[in-house]
Amino acid sequence: MNEHKILIIGGGPAGMETAYQLKKLGLKPVIIERSDKLGGHLAQWDRLFPASDDAEALLEKMREQCIDIEKRLNTRITNITKENNIFHVSLSNGNSYDADAIVLCTGFDLFKAERKQEYGYGIYNNVITNAELEHYFKTHNDERINEPKKIGFVHCVGSRDVKVNNTYCSKVCCATALKQACEIKEEFPDSDVYCFYMDLRMFGKGYEDLYLKAQKDFDIKCVRGRVCEVSENIEGKLVIKAEDTLLGTPMKMTLDLLVLMCGMEKASGIERIQNMLNIKSNADGFIETRDTFYGLNHTKEEGVFVAGACTSPKTLPDTIAEARAAAVEVFNYLKDNGQQTFSLRF
Amino acid sequence: MIVEGKQKIWADYQKDIPDDHYFYVRSCIRQSFFPGSEVTFLDITRNKLGKDFYESAYHTTCGGIAYHSDSIPQETAMTIIARQFALMHESGYENYVCSCITSFGCYTETLETWHEFPELEAKIRQYLWDSCKKEFAKPKYLAHASDIIYKFRHEIARQAKYKLINAKTGEPLKVVEHIGCHYSKMFPSKGFGGAEYPHVLVGMVEAWGGEVIDYPERRQCCGFGFRQYLIQANRGYSISNTHKKFESMEPYEPDLIITNCPGCPYFLDRWQYVIAEQTGKTYGKNGYGIPALTYEEVAGLVMGYNPWDLGLQMHQVAIEPLLDKMGIEYDPKAKYKGINGKDLGTPINPINIKLQ
Repeated sequence: MNEHKILIIGGGPAGMETAYQLKKLGLKPVIIERSDKLGGHLAQWDRLFPASDDAEALLEKMREQCIDIEKRLNTRITNITKENNIFHVSLSNGNSYDADAIVLCTGFDLFKAERKQEYGYGIYNNVITNAELEHYFKTHNDERINEPKKIGFVHCVGSRDVKVNNTYCSKVCCATALKQACEIKEEFPDSDVYCFYMDLRMFGKGYEDLYLKAQKDFDIKCVRGRVCEVSENIEGKLVIKAEDTLLGTPMKMTLDLLVLMCGMEKASGIERIQNMLNIKSNADGFIETRDTFYGLNHTKEEGVFVAGACTSPKTLPDTIAEARAAAVEVFNYLKDNGQQTFSLRF
Repeated sequence: MIVEGKQKIWADYQKDIPDDHYFYVRSCIRQSFFPGSEVTFLDITRNKLGKDFYESAYHTTCGGIAYHSDSIPQETAMTIIARQFALMHESGYENYVCSCITSFGCYTETLETWHEFPELEAKIRQYLWDSCKKEFAKPKYLAHASDIIYKFRHEIARQAKYKLINAKTGEPLKVVEHIGCHYSKMFPSKGFGGAEYPHVLVGMVEAWGGEVIDYPERRQCCGFGFRQYLIQANRGYSISNTHKKFESMEPYEPDLIITNCPGCPYFLDRWQYVIAEQTGKTYGKNGYGIPALTYEEVAGLVMGYNPWDLGLQMHQVAIEPLLDKMGIEYDPKAKYKGINGKDLGTPINPINIKLQ
């Protein structure tokens, strides 16, 4: 076995899968995670689109695969220098590592819903986010969700929106909205559920089936139009205004609950690590890759790789696929640079 | 309602206001609509707060009404505005304060457009020189007059004789605040509190003892909307818009509407009469309407000005129920007396809404 270490920064799905694959390739990954457990956003989710698979089961599988992998939880990077293709990495726990390669798996932050002030998040009690609804599904503990009769979902909150400087699509919100719409309808069968969308981007395997199921089996009403304003009436119910662009008419509706489908944004604090590594961002804030075809796992800095939603919004299957690809790219990089003193174990 | 959420937004949307020395420009229409407002503003700021406000006799319309009703192109509106800035510059002032919300919107839009397109500013300089032989300097600071009252609201509260409190029950009056659309909807950062939850009038109401109502149609236009009213065929849109607002605020039983725009108090006041005559419905108690006042009028009331000196008899909706709630003494017989006791004439009582 070699002693070359590969530092994985971030212990979400991308980091866990990259580490697992690197280990299978005979390398020695180390996961650095700033929180107290592995899992990232996946740990906050109850079920996964398109088929409402159990998020906990997937997470447990991923964690199990990482049992024998060295990891540092509650740990932050304090400094990185590079000398002769070796990265000298200092950690907040006082430890340091010499690494042959670094894989950035720093993920994303959910868009802060209060920035879209017209939706009234943080102002009106019954406006919640997709993450909060998912937490409710996990715990059934949220006093705002109390036998709602009429529920709205707003797609593209903080995505495809010039006003908040996020012009990209977050890719997961359409499918998540329809998944959550079906789930809340399952829980409250007498409720009416509306999804306000710009375009329904149901591009992945099983997504279109989810869209049809939502309408046929759950009577989810999809309205093509954005919500422009949310307020509260004297009974504490939400009054929303929107436009139905297919019917060409403005609409006003009273709701018991409004769920904002917050999109993805670059992870906070990532610039600090980027500066240490001389890694740039795209205009959208996500980490720049070497190119958009063959260099998707590479940064422009030799030895620094990327996987997952730190470079752009991604679904979980895309993240896992990219993590696997990153592991192969790291392996090839070390081999091509003659830094390998090991052989693959089969 | 989560008040802390609004407070956070209010803290995010603050702006600096100079302490003194302002060039003040009046509105085209306010002196006709509610003639006591601007003179009260100047009296409060000059004589109660001791501030320097200068007016130029050469000031004209900002062109906003023509601009927003598509009668003149933007370059013409900008040249008119450039001339106002030249008057300020010639007078030795740098802080520009306008009475009108639409003017504030036009000035803000012009300055922001010149910032983004300096070549347009150069073009307007040439137009101004060609037409008036004047040169202008852009204001160092641009404020709406309600920003000034907002800035000094606590000082006004210290000097207040009355509060926005029901004198009999001790309960705060329930106040609807209505912000002119052109205050911050175009440029949220230019208004206190931003576009969605403006603080400029909320701050005044709370400083003077009242309680603000947040009702579903709070953000809706008053009904003026320029082309909604200026084009006669569209006036149905105007009144239906205003009607929608009153239906929405009705369950909260407001005592007062406070506004900071020339058109808003006018339409929220006059359309109550029309709605009452058309439908038989009034939104105040006992056949009265809900008084819709300018912020200067409200400031004047709390500071103890005579209601008739403030011009409150010019409102369609009777002001007396509000005066009684606040415990303000007034002479009912003097309501329709002008300066030196001149008889202004007494309006005929409408069928469905009480005038006094």
